[in-house]
Amino acid sequence: MNNKNKISAAYFFLTPALLAIFIFFLLPVLAAFVMSFTDFDIYSLGNFRYVQFVGFKNYLQILNDPLFWQALKNTFYFVIAGGPLSIAVSLGAAILLNSKLVKYKGFFRLVYFMPVVTTLVAVSVLWRFIYHPKFGILNYLLGFIGIKGIDWLGDPNWAMPAIIFMAVWKNFGYNMIIFIAGLQNIPEDLYEAASIEGASAWQQFKNITLPMLAPTTLFITIITMIGYFQLFAEPYVMTQGGPLNSTLSIVLYMYQEGFRWWNMGYSSALAFILFFIILIVSLIQLKVQKETAL
Amino acid sequence: MKKIILYIILITAAILCLLPFVWMISTSFMATGQSNVYPPKFFPDKFTLVQYKNLFARLNVAKYLLNSLILSVSVTIVSLFVNSMAGYAFAKYKFSGQKSLFKLLLSFMIVPAQVTMLPLFLMLKEMGLINSYFAVIIPGMASVFGIFLIRQYLLAIPDSLIEAAKLDGASDFQIYFTLILPLAKPILITLAIFTFMGTWNDFLWPLIVMTNDSMYTLPVALANLMGEHNQDTELMMAGSVVTILPILLVFIALQKHYLKGIMMGSIKG
Repeated sequence: MNNKNKISAAYFFLTPALLAIFIFFLLPVLAAFVMSFTDFDIYSLGNFRYVQFVGFKNYLQILNDPLFWQALKNTFYFVIAGGPLSIAVSLGAAILLNSKLVKYKGFFRLVYFMPVVTTLVAVSVLWRFIYHPKFGILNYLLGFIGIKGIDWLGDPNWAMPAIIFMAVWKNFGYNMIIFIAGLQNIPEDLYEAASIEGASAWQQFKNITLPMLAPTTLFITIITMIGYFQLFAEPYVMTQGGPLNSTLSIVLYMYQEGFRWWNMGYSSALAFILFFIILIVSLIQLKVQKETAL
Repeated sequence: MKKIILYIILITAAILCLLPFVWMISTSFMATGQSNVYPPKFFPDKFTLVQYKNLFARLNVAKYLLNSLILSVSVTIVSLFVNSMAGYAFAKYKFSGQKSLFKLLLSFMIVPAQVTMLPLFLMLKEMGLINSYFAVIIPGMASVFGIFLIRQYLLAIPDSLIEAAKLDGASDFQIYFTLILPLAKPILITLAIFTFMGTWNDFLWPLIVMTNDSMYTLPVALANLMGEHNQDTELMMAGSVVTILPILLVFIALQKHYLKGIMMGSIKG
């Protein structure tokens, strides 16, 4: 076979994907970076000649923008409370479903996974009514244990916990599947040996399950965190960022600035700050993992 | 004893997962205003299809359903071809810079999509493609995740099969089309479900590029409807059922392939 032919065939197969990624991903990323140093606004939208470089002005302005700090705080609240909670529920469900005592595993897996595949917007609409202070089923059920009249989405203290709770309900099935795969890779004789030596279920969990699952957990933590930093549809549909901006997320703020007020320079800077935060947090997690593994 | 406790937990969790859906479906069959009662009702007093009739006759939902369907199917088909060709090239050809190019592509996965959205919007606007199906299809053509998944799968296919086809005089494209694609069928099905569901459920991007009422996808239309009919619980539940049902059916029919895909994607590459 002619080597040159082979190479040109490889390029033939690669070209559509590489071209699409270059034009519709890489160029926009670079353009967004450049835009974040300009005053691109609604006037520039009509005529690109109005765009001017402003250096770090957008970034400096963001640092002095109370709404940005509010959105950042809310987003971290969602990631730090919602992320570990989701992962813990996923792990719990995976361990229960992995038990040899359980039958009908396929059925339970299917049911737990249903919220994952359903459309987030529809689920947010649905939960808005579930959280209704007067007619919602949540307050009705809580009434049986004496908790009454919480205005879940109308109270600034409860709106974010409500969104977190819904996110856990919606997402735990996804990581559960990955955890189940991880659990099945743990050799059975490790547990047998531990049982013979009289280790309790908790000790086995702490000394076998958790360490053996560490790579899986790292992977899950990173993808969950990246996903949770991009919180958008839930507050957009359920609260519009309210009440009192208590559920305004970075992406929602970015959307409002960019596509409602057309402050696209400012919005690009917000997008890059989000990217930067995600990058830093991912790197920290990888580093922590490496150090604990040594 | 242990077994009973286990089942109690599992069944309670299953009820918690299903209850919102049950309530959604039954509320969608109620007449307007019927669900605004205390205690909440789990079954309609009188079964009615009036909400669905309203959605389709007055609120143009058939058009949104069609938009969602057209977009999800087109993105799936186009991206399967583009990604499988690239995945094949990475798995079965040798060219200089191959490894570093692949690594570079993988590193793109860390960039959140939101970063690209503003310039991409401007670009598509200049091309006159806002409010057209292309505004969703074009950015969905290639995905690094898809290329990665297909490459991993094809690495396991023996080179001897390809060599044999070459000796028979098959061209590179014939080999891709008649040998590789059929061999890759399991991973293609998995990727197809992922892409279809991702496109169907996507919200932020179609919200940005489909600003014209007639181009809305179901999630965009639903969010918009929520603004106008926010007190109209029964209507909103019917809208949610219409949005969720197709995707749920696809999932239940093909769940094996979908779950397998999640596990493959999670294996460190």
